[in-house]
Amino acid sequence: MHNLTIAELVTGLQSKEFSSVELTKHFLARIAQLDGNYNCLITVTADQALKAAAAADQRLAAGNAPALCGVPILHKDIFCTTGVRTSCGSKMLDNFIPPYNATVVENFEQAGAVVLGKTNMDEFAMGSSNETSFYGPVKNPWASDSVPGGSSGGSAAAVAARLAPGATATDTGGSIRQPAALCGITGLKPTYGRVSRWGMIAFASSLDQGGPMARTAEDCAILLNCMASYDDKDSTCIDRQVPDYSATLGDSIKGLKIGVPSEYFSEGLDADTGKAVRAALAEFEAQGAELVEISLPNTGLSVPAYYVIAPAEASANLSRFDGVRYGYRCEDPKDLQDLYTRTRAEGFGAEVQRRILIGTYCLSAGYYDAYYGKAQQVRQLIQQDFEKAFEKVDVIMGPTTPSPAFKFGSKGDDPVAMYLEDIYTIATNLAGLPGMSVPCGLVEDKPVGLQIIGNYFDEARMLNIAHQYQQTTDWHSAAPEGIA
Amino acid sequence: MSIERQEIEKLATLSRIAIGEDTITEVSQRLSSVLELVDQLQAVNTEGVAAMSHPMKATQRLREDEVKEINQREAFQAIAPDTEDGLFLVPKVIE
Repeated sequence: MHNLTIAELVTGLQSKEFSSVELTKHFLARIAQLDGNYNCLITVTADQALKAAAAADQRLAAGNAPALCGVPILHKDIFCTTGVRTSCGSKMLDNFIPPYNATVVENFEQAGAVVLGKTNMDEFAMGSSNETSFYGPVKNPWASDSVPGGSSGGSAAAVAARLAPGATATDTGGSIRQPAALCGITGLKPTYGRVSRWGMIAFASSLDQGGPMARTAEDCAILLNCMASYDDKDSTCIDRQVPDYSATLGDSIKGLKIGVPSEYFSEGLDADTGKAVRAALAEFEAQGAELVEISLPNTGLSVPAYYVIAPAEASANLSRFDGVRYGYRCEDPKDLQDLYTRTRAEGFGAEVQRRILIGTYCLSAGYYDAYYGKAQQVRQLIQQDFEKAFEKVDVIMGPTTPSPAFKFGSKGDDPVAMYLEDIYTIATNLAGLPGMSVPCGLVEDKPVGLQIIGNYFDEARMLNIAHQYQQTTDWHSAAPEGIA
Repeated sequence: MSIERQEIEKLATLSRIAIGEDTITEVSQRLSSVLELVDQLQAVNTEGVAAMSHPMKATQRLREDEVKEINQREAFQAIAPDTEDGLFLVPKVIE
């Protein structure tokens, strides 16, 4: 059952081939048996899942089942879940049990999905390797000495290891696409404002966006149908009709104009990764698409701009963790200052502290214009690059990451080496554009991702393109050794 | 650009994060390395470029000031580190 796609599971449940309780027990057993090897889950919600599955079976029997009725999924531990610990990968929230559901969680509940648990992640989504999690790193199911990517590494590795058919994730600078690429699955970061951020613990509010992870584009479409919604509670959510992302998957891509940015194939790209991506582009040509050379000249500035904007916003967002109303509090504070400063020093890990300090620096008196103001101007330049490109092409394609999954500890002590891992993904967050990663090859038995960047609200088109690719290739069905 | 010890201490105060004597050099090195990266921005000519605040130039929505949520003080205080009589407790501030 764990090799079936979400589309197949929906059919199987509705035709009573198997029940949701059977399905849920199967996945819970896999988690119990295998997750010791990977560390994908921070919390397993077995009791709640079985209850939800039993309720789903009743609705299926009554014939009034909603879209995802009885389908097991996982939520990244950044989405608040009523009564279930939501840690955000941090000691700061190790004891935090939210009194409310995130809108995304609510949407899945309405659709009848069964939540198996909450997935591991880099602390407060700050990382590209899952090494910053308070709960220890996640291991890549393809190579246990290598990272799964981050920050949604637990979600990506769980889907790759078939511990769940799909999972929610979030992406601030590549946190859906990079782990999807490194774990050989399909992941989509929607347009900024497509998915509600309410109840999704904030990292950098102008960049954060939730999205789905699954093995196929067809499954991502099914999940996005449920995840995307207009939400009054998120003031940055865009009031725009959600299309049926499944309806256009079968459309022909003949005549599609694919922009290939030279900057995404320059130095720094691993040669074999580049070859795999080129082979995918050739596949699209064979399907009748046209490749157009384009330039995104400000690509190189995206990482520096991001490392001003994201930490600046993080330093403001994370000021709420003060040890007073919820979360961690240090032992025996001698006064209020001591309570704040020790709670935050003990509750946050090193990378989170670093980003708060950087952000505070960039926003402090005398530096604001030189850093934050400047970065927001550069952000405009980056967006203009994309605007110009989309005058000529329908989508943009390139690698998701410069190379396949790297080994634990290999980025050393220099935070900048890790930051450069997101060189191809960060620009789309800065511009607010949708991006996705689709498996397109293996290099030394590790997966490689093809990145598809679309224009604003072009998710249906991107899913259609990815689905068409997955009709004539089978990289998306490749499984790590011992998994399938 | 390297960042001085004094500046780290100021940032620690502004951020309300205690930085121990034993890690201050390390923190300073790492921050300097990040600042070196972001200093690449200084070379860019951005004259006349407006700062971007929202990708779709959306503006803040306004709504009626209506009471929609119910008071859930007990639920919120149930997860607090320390409370008494409906209040959040912190160390004594005024002597």
